[in-house]
Amino acid sequence: MKNVASILEKPVVSTIISIFLGFLVAFLILFVAGYNPLDAVLTFFNAIFSKPKFITNVIIKSSPLILTGLSAAFAFKTGLFNIGAEGQYIVATVASTLVGIIFNFHPIIQIPLVILSGVAAGAVLGGIVGFLKAKFGIHEVITSIMFNWISLYLCNYVANSEFFHKPESNGTYPINKSGISMLFYDWKFSEQGRRFLKENPFLNEVLLKTDLSLNFLIAVIAAIITWIIIYKTTLGFELRAVGLNHHAALNAGIKVRRNVVFSMLVAGALAGLAGALTISGTSNNSVQILSVFENNGFNGLAVALIARSSPLGCIFAGLIFSALIYAGQALQFKIGIPSEIINIVIGVIVFFIAITRILPIIVERVYAQRRSENVK
Amino acid sequence: MLNNLLFILTITFINSVPLTLAALGGVICEKSGVVNIGIEGMMSIGAFTGAAVGYYTGSVWLGLIFAGLAGGLLALLHAIASITFQADQTVSGIAINLIGPGLAMFLSRIFFAGATTTIPVPQKFPKIFSSLANKHEILNNINLDMTVPLSFSVVLITWFVMYKTKWGLRIRALGEHPAAVDSVGVSVYRTRYICVALSGILAGIGGASVTLAIVSQFTPSAISGQGFIALAAVIFGKWKPFGAYFACLFFGFAQALVVLIGGEGSVISSDLLMMLPYLLTVLILILFVGRSSAPKASGKPYQRGSR
Repeated sequence: MKNVASILEKPVVSTIISIFLGFLVAFLILFVAGYNPLDAVLTFFNAIFSKPKFITNVIIKSSPLILTGLSAAFAFKTGLFNIGAEGQYIVATVASTLVGIIFNFHPIIQIPLVILSGVAAGAVLGGIVGFLKAKFGIHEVITSIMFNWISLYLCNYVANSEFFHKPESNGTYPINKSGISMLFYDWKFSEQGRRFLKENPFLNEVLLKTDLSLNFLIAVIAAIITWIIIYKTTLGFELRAVGLNHHAALNAGIKVRRNVVFSMLVAGALAGLAGALTISGTSNNSVQILSVFENNGFNGLAVALIARSSPLGCIFAGLIFSALIYAGQALQFKIGIPSEIINIVIGVIVFFIAITRILPIIVERVYAQRRSENVK
Repeated sequence: MLNNLLFILTITFINSVPLTLAALGGVICEKSGVVNIGIEGMMSIGAFTGAAVGYYTGSVWLGLIFAGLAGGLLALLHAIASITFQADQTVSGIAINLIGPGLAMFLSRIFFAGATTTIPVPQKFPKIFSSLANKHEILNNINLDMTVPLSFSVVLITWFVMYKTKWGLRIRALGEHPAAVDSVGVSVYRTRYICVALSGILAGIGGASVTLAIVSQFTPSAISGQGFIALAAVIFGKWKPFGAYFACLFFGFAQALVVLIGGEGSVISSDLLMMLPYLLTVLILILFVGRSSAPKASGKPYQRGSR
């Protein structure tokens, strides 16, 4: 029994159990709804693994999820709930798009400029929320929710504006070519590139049919840096101390308010990076009119929860999340199963993650009870 | 002028109904010591169930009742996680927010031939002066949905139960010091279960009041964030029934202003105008609210024997 408890205590184990249970519940729901669940499972895995293009797409689409996940995880560590990653992501896409359209430098300057402007926009929005919390004590969840909507309408304002709106489209003009960071972007569409890729079916799939960029690599590096900041620096120690017990932190001489602002600033920057990389590195390279939220930020919360706020865990959680969303579209497209089943799967996984925290405690208690009975 | 004023008032009241119901649920839930961030999900499932039952039975009242049941059932999930399993209530709430809209659209696709939009109900919620309508201009302008007095009576009842009865006292005490309530023989778990379920029922009805009274069908964007605004109203209203109600009215008023200013030949872009309610809320929070005081034990799972 003791062993069982210590195995269950490992976050990875209960996360895997939760993921398994999530699929099991979806399986049951599909069965009850009259679909063939086995078909669904086959289609699901085919949609991820059957072509190099699919795997590449899953990896590409995981980058923003990893980054918004990091954003939420970073705020969690300081005891803050960054539901505003959604808005921070949106203002970043807007800022990157504007800068990318207005300026046109050499790519070496332009690409970092486009990305950094998005990061800065996200950081500012996150920082405002942190400041309002630190200065006026306004709950970060309310201000974040309000700023999410303000960001959404700001995005629509820009996308609808006379100067930036691309005629007969649903969004703005794309950013100038010099700011686009997709790999071999010019070459792969050139005569020479197409001819070369035709002879290499693998590269053709992976390069031509996807938006291959360094985004995933950047997301991984961001995860590693976040991990170092949180666990290997004094700053991270202070942030965690504030998150664990802000009264104790205050008594220990840690500037709680400054840490709150800083934490939200970094969380905003991470969500901003997600938005900026999306503009610079995935096609359209522009913002579109939003009628509802695209959930890039909200999904980040779920990613952080599946990762249990571990920065490195966010990489894997982001990949899993991306695979789920990607394969969900195939379920709808190929066998007509509503893609919303994926939201249910993710919800159920998060639900079980919430309740499996208690499993080791229950096992421990049962064990303790038996021990006391044995003594008698 | 009078008509403009009445117009604003009407829109204010109509828009604030779903928020009010959901926010009251939030107040009850948080007063009992359980944080309910899953209101959005419960509203979504209520919005769908209300519209679907309303369409198939032709009765908006049945739709409303089933919407409440659906919201309550989803809330039970939250209760099981946060009370029995002592889970992190925020995490469980996020799960509810993922499951609710997902399930609503999943079911919509099954019952409405693959569409995430339901077929409009034959008849929307009745108005107060249904028989007198169109006869008198002013009456016509203040012809509110039945849901408006309904939601106001729920505010009154919640306030009365919370502050004038022993159950209310117990619920409020639960949110501050559950061990003390336990020590006088009131079941912490059972009372919290009831409060969480109630909040789900109210959120579900709130959702249905969108799809049965304001519009006549469920769409993926029917709720879009209203649960979160209700959540903000709970905090804004300092965890009090009337406080939350006024917060919701304020929000409804800001939306009405947008409709009024945005109407006929407005020079300001509608996208910028739409920001107004949210900007106003932030501004008012900075100016007037200050440090809000949540129930002390809110968000903390209760374990018997703990102090």
